[in-house]
Amino acid sequence: MNLTVNVEQNKARAFVKLTGEIDVYTAPNLKEKLLPLTKIQNQVIEVDFSGVSYMDSTGLGVFVSALKSTKENSSSMRLVHLDERIYRVFRITGLIEIMDVHRAIKGGEE
Amino acid sequence: MGGFDFIEMKIPAKAEYVGVVRLTLSGIAGRMGFSYEDIEDLKIAVSEAITNSVTHAYEGPGKGEITIGFGVYESRLEVMVADRGESFNLNEIRDDIGPFNNTESVEDLREGGFGLFLINTLMDKVQINNKYGVIVLMTKYLDETEVDFNDNQVSGR
Repeated sequence: MNLTVNVEQNKARAFVKLTGEIDVYTAPNLKEKLLPLTKIQNQVIEVDFSGVSYMDSTGLGVFVSALKSTKENSSSMRLVHLDERIYRVFRITGLIEIMDVHRAIKGGEE
Repeated sequence: MGGFDFIEMKIPAKAEYVGVVRLTLSGIAGRMGFSYEDIEDLKIAVSEAITNSVTHAYEGPGKGEITIGFGVYESRLEVMVADRGESFNLNEIRDDIGPFNNTESVEDLREGGFGLFLINTLMDKVQINNKYGVIVLMTKYLDETEVDFNDNQVSGR
């Protein structure tokens, strides 16, 4: 019921690896680590969801804020390796229309 | 027939306990025979209702209690989330609840009103009563197609 947020950064890219559950308890920590990355000009952020077992609207709220910030700061964000159920939450809320979201494909990369 | 088992939990209105309710819910729904997909839907919907209580019910997080009731029926699960922290009578509350009207604008939804939207989308029936605090009553039916009718059932082969 916790979330580990592991950030690795080089010059132009940031890799954010998430492990655990994103809910009302863990979302503030995620926001605190993700938002500063989006404020770096031209930063390319990749968020790896392969270790995420649960996410609800509190998580969506964080990614909506991050998306808005990328637009203001010319950075970009890509969400990858989403489990089918978590991808579904982005789909039914219509967020896949405005976000760069990629689900995990069985047996390999997307 | 018509009877049900009732399980009640009371948690402090704090964010760290929402995951604890999800674990209990998984146990109950799994016991009832809900599919993995349906259990995931239930976990999100119930978490949304509790999150709403944690963040709005008591003028800032960490005050008061939230009561969660699980009505276990043969063909459905009813989950009630009440943010007054008082015990409730399932039948009494059900008579006192109206249909859920989503009057939110699209703008509100985009700004983070996804919670109620998800509850409404992922559950089969949602009712909200806000006369005393907020009570959300959510129902999910066990998948009818998994029921084995032995009469008049046309076999696929």
